[in-house]
Amino acid sequence: MTTLEKGTAPVDGRRPGEELLSARDLVQEFPVRAAGGVRGGTVHALSGVSFDIRAGETLGVVGETGSGKSTLARSVIQAPPPRSGSVVFEGTDLTRLRRRALVRARREMQMVYQDPYGSLNPRWRVSELVEEPLRGYGVRDRGPRVAELLDMVGLDPSVYGRRRPHEMSGGQCQRVAIARAIALNPALVICDEAVSSLDVLIQSQVLNLFERLRRELGLSYLFISHDLALVKQVSDRVAVMHLGQLAEVGPAEALYRGPRHPYTAALLDSIPGLDARTGRPRRPAPLAGEPPSPLDPPSGCRFRTRCPRARERCAVEEPVLVERAPDHRVACHFPIEPGTPTGADAPADAAERTTP
Amino acid sequence: MSELASEPVAQREDVLGTATADAPVRGPAPDPAEPLLVVDDLRVRFVGRGRTVHAVNGLSYSLAPGRTLAIIGESGSGKSVAARALMGLLPSTARVSGSARFDGTELVGLSEREARRHRGADIAMVFQDPARSLNPTMRIGVQIAEAVRAHSDLDKAAAHRRAVELLAMVHLPAPQRRFHEYPHQLSGGMRQRVMIAIALAGEPRLLVADEATTALDVTTQAQIMELLLELQQRLGTAIVLISHDLGLAASYADDVVVMYAGQVVERARTADLFAHVRMPYTGALLGAIPRLEREPHSLLPVVPGQPPDLSALPGGCPFRPRCSSATDECAEGPPLREHEPGHWWACWHPLPDAPVKEGV
Ligand SMILES: Nc1ncnc2c1ncn2[C@@H]1O[C@H](COP(=O)(O)OP(=O)(O)OP(=O)(O)O)[C@@H](O)[C@H]1O
Ligand SMILES: Nc1ncnc2c1ncn2[C@@H]1O[C@H](COP(=O)(O)OP(=O)(O)O)[C@@H](O)[C@H]1O
Ligand code: SF4
Ligand code: SF4
Ligand SMILES: [Mg+2]
Ligand SMILES: [Mg+2]
Repeated sequence: MTTLEKGTAPVDGRRPGEELLSARDLVQEFPVRAAGGVRGGTVHALSGVSFDIRAGETLGVVGETGSGKSTLARSVIQAPPPRSGSVVFEGTDLTRLRRRALVRARREMQMVYQDPYGSLNPRWRVSELVEEPLRGYGVRDRGPRVAELLDMVGLDPSVYGRRRPHEMSGGQCQRVAIARAIALNPALVICDEAVSSLDVLIQSQVLNLFERLRRELGLSYLFISHDLALVKQVSDRVAVMHLGQLAEVGPAEALYRGPRHPYTAALLDSIPGLDARTGRPRRPAPLAGEPPSPLDPPSGCRFRTRCPRARERCAVEEPVLVERAPDHRVACHFPIEPGTPTGADAPADAAERTTP
Repeated sequence: MSELASEPVAQREDVLGTATADAPVRGPAPDPAEPLLVVDDLRVRFVGRGRTVHAVNGLSYSLAPGRTLAIIGESGSGKSVAARALMGLLPSTARVSGSARFDGTELVGLSEREARRHRGADIAMVFQDPARSLNPTMRIGVQIAEAVRAHSDLDKAAAHRRAVELLAMVHLPAPQRRFHEYPHQLSGGMRQRVMIAIALAGEPRLLVADEATTALDVTTQAQIMELLLELQQRLGTAIVLISHDLGLAASYADDVVVMYAGQVVERARTADLFAHVRMPYTGALLGAIPRLEREPHSLLPVVPGQPPDLSALPGGCPFRPRCSSATDECAEGPPLREHEPGHWWACWHPLPDAPVKEGV
């Protein structure tokens, strides 16, 4: 396989830019039983989430804890299937497939999870771990493929092939998990906090590995993390989740440079660090109040209890995603116009807003 | 410590009162000559069956009242062990040497009984995981009231009132009602507020926050950090902020200590450190962080290898196997020296000033 410097390689006849996955109106709810004096109810984990992933593209997903990122990933792979909505992957609606057909379709869609040790069987050797998915799908002549895969993720097969997970570092285990994920030439790899438990120097090694595999294999990623800067590093487009809904979806660069949803702006304003231009500390501006409960989300806009721009309309009317700029959709009645100081400009009539 | 001019206190309060996205920089706190805590060549090793882990190998710093010192480094670099050594919270396999003087009292070598007297009353600690530090079967108010009574001779009713006061002080909404709730009824951020309330019960002069916001969302982290700074202003508490997050240190600390393999590799005023990174390890940490300014799909600079095994530390600079500036000289350990006013580093080949300034 040759390394492509730019763009992505066409794989299995899919061309970059074509829709690989289309999720529509995903709803997932969990009944919670009464315990310890708390009343039972329903967790609204996903409430009508729609998005596309194009071939060769990385869609990043950010949001606070409990916003539904992992639930979204699990709904996509049908484990468990969403309560309602559709997931069309390579032309097939996965929510309608029976078990056997689903297993076949899942071959093209692999997951990498946060905990590098927990996701690997501790008794198996690295070569067996990487061989397992190949065996599961009846691939022949597996030995050379295992060696090739270990090479691809930067582990020397002769050194690491016989090791067990506890004999390796977290970063090395995560490489094994990635080798397993790409073993069957998937079209889509879903990463749920896949580098979050790694130290920064190891994390950058693994991030670069994801990037190299994207270029060489033409992979698409659904890349989930609570770390906004990390998501930007790998993503073409970014979706911002808030309490089971998408607040904003747009091209990574545009969304980070000019967030239009007050929640996106608040997330960005909360990141501590140094200002690149001045070299002076950035002082995060905390949001007031607590994230609302997914058991009882606020009426209208679910962000309104913490939103500095909230007005009466926000309590009665639920905002839907509206395209405010090319490929950039925002669910807010009074979105921020990039270029104005966040939160400070008076909310204008949303209907007037077009491209910047 | 260096004698950089410090901004007047009034200005800092002003800044605190108006926290907005583009709030001006927080000036360094006044740097009184009298430090509250002086750590000098602190060493901790764990002795086990045929294996000795050298977790902290010569940590030195001093911290004045009302100031914040950040200790940063990757996991396993000895940050938590060093903090627990101050608190007398290490297991019996730990061997501690060197010195840590708190307001003139030597903390190293205290008996368990003496150490317990300092814990909470003089020095308090907030950990990463509030869920595990709180008792799940006890109402949070009762847990705070117990901490209050442990450090004072208040009666039950007075301790109850003080607990409600502390809950209000950490901005827990509806403190009267929350008093009667259990930990599982609170969010992660609220639980961390409760932990801070417990830490403040003994009115400590030093607060050690060990990855206290690591498990929280950025939004909640910003609230908790704001709370800690506000309390620091009001009570003059000194804070040791332990974190692996350089951005957090850059935003909130007056001084920064960078640890690698149990050693201090660089130490400076926050602004000096980030403007003039000298030690290649600090530079590597800064370079490897995904930053908002970077282009999507750009490759990050990579440092090969892993941190060394602390039970088999080779001699010389601990970063040598991974350092792109390493030479034969580095086989001999570089001493930690004050090379520029207030700026200490341990490296034979320090980095030059970067031509382009980058953020964190
Ligand atoms: N099996 C389940 N039963 C009940 N509630 C659930 C279940 N799975 C998820 N939830 C709830 O659904 C909501 C979304 O959870 P999810 O795990 O998707 O969040 P997340 O965005 O991945 O958060 P994190 O950043 O903490 O991983 C949360 O309120 C969570 O408690
Ligand atoms: N009780 C212990 N016995 C043996 N080794 C320990 C013990 N506690 C910590 N260590 C070791 O000391 C080193 C430093 O640990 P720690 O201070 O927790 O790192 P950090 O907080 O910087 O992540 C690590 O190598 C760790 O494994
Ligand atoms: S709809 Fe209203 S409450 Fe919701 S984000 Fe927009 S301005 Fe804020
Ligand atoms: S002393 Fe040598 S090996 Fe150590 S950081 Fe400096 S240049 Fe690198
Ligand atoms: Mg999750
Ligand atoms: Mg630690």
